Amino acid sequence: MNKLELSSLYQLTMVRFRLFLREPEAIFWIFIFPILLAVGLGIAFRNRPADVLQVGATTAQLTQALTADKGLTAVTVDEAMGTHQLATGQILLLAIQRPDGVVYKYDDTNPDARTARLVADRAVQAAEGRRDAVRADNDLVHETGARYIDFVVPGLLGMNLMGSAMWGLGFSIVEARQKKLLKRMVASPMPKWQYLASFLLSRLAMLLIEVAAFLTFTRLVFGVPFRGSLLELGLLCLMTSLAFSGLGLLVASRAKTMEAVSGLMNLVMLPMWILSGIFFSASRFPKLIQPVVQALPLTAAIDAIRGNMLQGTSLAQQPAPVAILLVWMVVPFAVSLWIFKWR
Amino acid sequence: MTNGAATLGTRVAEGGTSLLLRGVKKAFADVKAVDGVDLEVLRGECFGLLGPNGAGKTTTIEICEGLTEPDAGTVELLGLNWRANAGELRQRIGIQLQETQFPDKLTVEETLRLFRSFFKRGISVDESIETAQLEEKRGARVGGLSGGQKQRLAMATALVGDPELLFLDEPTTGLDPQARRHLWDLVDELKHAGRTIILTTHYMDEAERLCDRVAIMDHGKVIALGTPNELIASIGGEDIVEFAVVESIDSPVPKAGSPPHGPGPVRWDPGPGAPVAHGRVDEAILLGIPGVKSHRVDAGLHQLAVSETHTVVPRIFTALTEHGLHLSEFRTHSATLEDVFVRLTGRNLRDE
Repeated sequence: MNKLELSSLYQLTMVRFRLFLREPEAIFWIFIFPILLAVGLGIAFRNRPADVLQVGATTAQLTQALTADKGLTAVTVDEAMGTHQLATGQILLLAIQRPDGVVYKYDDTNPDARTARLVADRAVQAAEGRRDAVRADNDLVHETGARYIDFVVPGLLGMNLMGSAMWGLGFSIVEARQKKLLKRMVASPMPKWQYLASFLLSRLAMLLIEVAAFLTFTRLVFGVPFRGSLLELGLLCLMTSLAFSGLGLLVASRAKTMEAVSGLMNLVMLPMWILSGIFFSASRFPKLIQPVVQALPLTAAIDAIRGNMLQGTSLAQQPAPVAILLVWMVVPFAVSLWIFKWR
Repeated sequence: MTNGAATLGTRVAEGGTSLLLRGVKKAFADVKAVDGVDLEVLRGECFGLLGPNGAGKTTTIEICEGLTEPDAGTVELLGLNWRANAGELRQRIGIQLQETQFPDKLTVEETLRLFRSFFKRGISVDESIETAQLEEKRGARVGGLSGGQKQRLAMATALVGDPELLFLDEPTTGLDPQARRHLWDLVDELKHAGRTIILTTHYMDEAERLCDRVAIMDHGKVIALGTPNELIASIGGEDIVEFAVVESIDSPVPKAGSPPHGPGPVRWDPGPGAPVAHGRVDEAILLGIPGVKSHRVDAGLHQLAVSETHTVVPRIFTALTEHGLHLSEFRTHSATLEDVFVRLTGRNLRDE
């Protein structure tokens, strides 16, 4: 047996690798799932001609006026039928002919319906002879970096870093506690810090593979841009992973059963899935809750990664998310080391 | 024998003390799990903590192992204590805990390599595999091992550091008889190699088979201490006679249609409302028989501690017949630690 094999830190870290690699489900969720998700979203939101909006009108004349616009397809329905179709989402807007003019019935919280309202009104007015006061032409761009897939890849990366770090630490530790393995470990002369360090070491090695595989794939298949420093991107991923490892440790520091830790884990992660801007910008949430949204580690991580990849912003140029991540790297670790229970 | 510490005093000088407990107490909420325990285990001894579940054995052994902090009292192992010498003690003792589940997806060898890496000195992984007789399972995953093999693996993880003091907490609980015997052989080997072993068990036969000395625990206290033979002799009889009687001469017959009473002798069950369930025997009559040392009744079953069984048994038959009592059940066996426990507590070990 050589010297390395006699090192307990080496043995503990190797055990983490072995246990991970012998768990096919874990490999799927960490390596394959994010790529599948990116593929799915890439297909669903691939660039295509602007949507043609479905609308309805109560008279044939109105329908004709609406259909004249390239952006609309219109059907003629009576008011009751149209209202029903509106409610079931078959049409976005119903134009109703009244003696004194036209009434548009639509949901103003739906962006597509608002667009339909503008386009429909333009078509109706044009049919009645209105002319544009100013001549306007369009110059369309489809630039890399502004597509939805470019937006969502950093989000998925952040989400994956959160999931793998939290599940990786939280689940394994609570499982060991539940099986009385933790107790057995501290009954041996094992240095306790090495047990936790082995999780971090194996996490970092896995991180390298996981991030590289995901980003290479999205680069090759979707041409997602990397405008910032790759070194800084790596550093951001490392910070994100460490921050969530600390959070995973915190969640696992007392839980005695897998059910308890699963619940806690979802409690911690669910708000971030919703609020942290994985699939759409976090700035869409009301001003009132923005301080909370911005303080979440996943929001900070995704913001910083997006800044790096899409705008080429350096870490020095985005001190706020970096500072937030740093705080999340330190505080949960410190608290969990303080309250951690070995049995 | 309730104060066995006296017999201990004579032996202390011989081999030196491996483990010393003085006035150890531990309470969980309002339950006194360990209530003033004094113990002294000698170097090279196999010492058993025996008692029913909940007697405080595991708490006691975990206090010795430095896993539980006692509320009061002193604990000394190999002349060291947990407060000042935890690091050194962890290197010098071996521990097998109750119900540890090692990771299913590691192999036997990987598990032992991991545990070996924690110790500065010790035996090689190969030696530990050999000692635990797991050679054939070296490359097998832990999840595929039988209960006995898992328990031997747990034993091997306790042995890799070549411990001076070995703690085994209920090493055979839940094992089938063959696996138990296999594990006993392993403990025997360790004993002969001169290791000090402290084990807990609620199996009387296990304690009798393995231990040089036994402390019987009940409700957090040591109620008896000594070699198994000393303890058995202490209840004042070498054999135990158990019998049940029915009072009436007329109808000691099982009611038609009533199911048999499990394996073994059939007990007459008169059913509800019958005049007498089990015959009463005047204790004075039984104690008056020469050779009968003690008497107790447990669920209608009379238990006598007797010496010279061959002369006492005919006298018991005669005495019962004279008083119009009929035997419905009768057996004798050599006294065991179980009988010691019954005598001391009035309860059976397995009742818990």
